[in-house]
Amino acid sequence: MSLAERLYLPAILGGIVITFKHLFKKAATVRFPEKTREISAVWRGQHVLKRDDKGAERCTACGLCAVACPAEAITMTAGERKKGEENLYREEKYATTYEINMLRCIFCGLCEEACPKEAIFLTDRIVETDYSRDGFIYGKDKLVEGVNERIDVTKRQTKQVLEFKQHKQLSHNK
Amino acid sequence: MMTEFIIYKLIMVGAIFGITLGVAAYSTYAERKVAAFLQDRIGPDRAGPWGIFQPLADGLKFMMKEEIIPVVSNKFLFVLGPCIAMLTALMAGVLIPWGSSITINGTEYPLQIADLNIGILYVFGVVSIGVYGIMIGGWASNNKFSLLGAIRASAQMISYEIAMGLSIIALILMTGTLSLNELSAQQAGGVGGEWNFWNIVYQPVGFLIFLVCAFAETNRTPFDLPECETELVGGYHTEYSSFKLAFYLFAEYINMFVSGAVMATLYFGGYNFPFMNDLGLDQNVIVILGTIALFAKIFFFIFFFMWIRWTIPRFRYDQLMNLGWKGLIPLAVINILVTGFIVLISAD
Repeated sequence: MSLAERLYLPAILGGIVITFKHLFKKAATVRFPEKTREISAVWRGQHVLKRDDKGAERCTACGLCAVACPAEAITMTAGERKKGEENLYREEKYATTYEINMLRCIFCGLCEEACPKEAIFLTDRIVETDYSRDGFIYGKDKLVEGVNERIDVTKRQTKQVLEFKQHKQLSHNK
Repeated sequence: MMTEFIIYKLIMVGAIFGITLGVAAYSTYAERKVAAFLQDRIGPDRAGPWGIFQPLADGLKFMMKEEIIPVVSNKFLFVLGPCIAMLTALMAGVLIPWGSSITINGTEYPLQIADLNIGILYVFGVVSIGVYGIMIGGWASNNKFSLLGAIRASAQMISYEIAMGLSIIALILMTGTLSLNELSAQQAGGVGGEWNFWNIVYQPVGFLIFLVCAFAETNRTPFDLPECETELVGGYHTEYSSFKLAFYLFAEYINMFVSGAVMATLYFGGYNFPFMNDLGLDQNVIVILGTIALFAKIFFFIFFFMWIRWTIPRFRYDQLMNLGWKGLIPLAVINILVTGFIVLISAD
C-alpha cells in the first residue's frame, strides 16, 4: 500500500463526502399505513374465484390448478350440482370447498394459467396479515367474489391473453 | 455571600446535569435520525411530530423491561458496573467552561462549576475510571462473552488513552496551562489588537490524534469492538437488561457529549467565536452568544461522531492495536518533539 492508503485519511475523507451527499437525497421510504406503494397493474396478489355474467360460480373443481400449483397450496373437494342450483354453479360439477393456503402460496400465477374455465385469477389485492396460521387458509368465503361486488380482472387479460382467447378450437377456450 | 455562592453553584450543577442528560437523550434520537438520513431513510417519526418524543418512548421501554440479575453473577459488582460508567461520564462535565463570566450586580459568575488548575488531568483521570465500569460489569456478569468484551474494551481504552495523553502534552507545552478555563480564554478571538487563533491552527496533528482517540475512548465506530454480535454477542453488557443496560448505553452518549465539549474547548476555541470583541455588544450578551457557540461546536462533534459511524466499517482487533501502538503513539511523540523544538526556538 502507498503511504496515502496506509494513512486511511484520504479514503475516510472520500467516504464522509459520499455519506454527506446522501444526507440531502430523497428518502426512499413509503409511509406505509398512510400511503401504499404503487404496484403494477398485473400484480399477482390475493386470488379471486370468478362468477360468470349471471352470477354462477365458474369453477368446476377439475383440480388442474391444484395440480399446477408448485407450492401445493390449493385443495378442493368436488360436489354435484343439485336441481335448482343452476343459478349458483355454472356446470354440473362444482367445488364444495376450495382452500388456498396463503402461507404456502408463492403467487406465481400458474393456477390462473392452468384454469380452463377462467375461474381463478390473481388480483392486485395484498393478502392481509393475521395472528394465526389458520387465518391464512382462505376458503370460498374469502375467495369467491360477491355477486354484486365483482372484482375487475381485465387488467390481467393482456393483449396476448385476449389474442389467445380468439382461438375457439383450443380446448382451453371451449 | 456564602449562601449566594452555594445557590449559584447548585443552579450551575443542576443546569449542567440537566443539559447533559437532555443532550444525551436527544443524541439517541439524533443518532437514529442521522443514520436514517445518511441511508436515505426517514428514521423514527411516530412518537410526536417528527418523532421528537422518541427518547421518552425508548426510556420508558427500558424501564418497563424485565430486570434480570443472573444468579451466577456477583450481584454487588453487577449493579456497581453501570453506576460507575454513568457516574464517571457525568463527572467529566464539571470542569468544562461553558462560557466566561456573567456579571450580575457587579458580581462575576463564571459559567463553570469548578476551575481546577489541573483541569485536563482531572478529565483524564475520570475518563480512566470509566474503564472500571465496563471491566467490573463484564467480569461480574460471569459470562465468557461479557468477560471477553470487557477485556477488549479495557485493552482498547487503555491503549488509546496513552496516545490521547501524549497528544495533549504537545498542546500543554504550547499553551503552558492545564486549566480548561485558561485554555479557553487564550483562544479568545477578536481583531482589535488581540487576535488569537484557535489551537487547531497550531496543533492539527495533535487534534487528529486526539479525535481518533476520542472515538476509541467512547467506543464509537470504527472502534466499537467491545460490542460485537458475531463474536461476542453483546460484549460486556450481554447479561444486562432493563435500566442497567440503559445506563451503559446512555453513558456512551454522555461520553460523546463530554468529549465533544473537551475537543471544542481544547482545540476549537471553547466558548469563543471569531470577532467576538468587535461586535460592540454588552459583555453578558457576548458570554451568552459564546455559550451558544460552544454548544454549536459540541453538536457538530456529536454529529461528526455519528457521521463517521455510518461511513467507516469497524477495525479488526489487530488493526486497532496496530493503529494505536504503532501509529498514533509514535506520531504523538514526534508531535511533542516538534512542538517542543518550536517552543524552545520561539522562546529565545
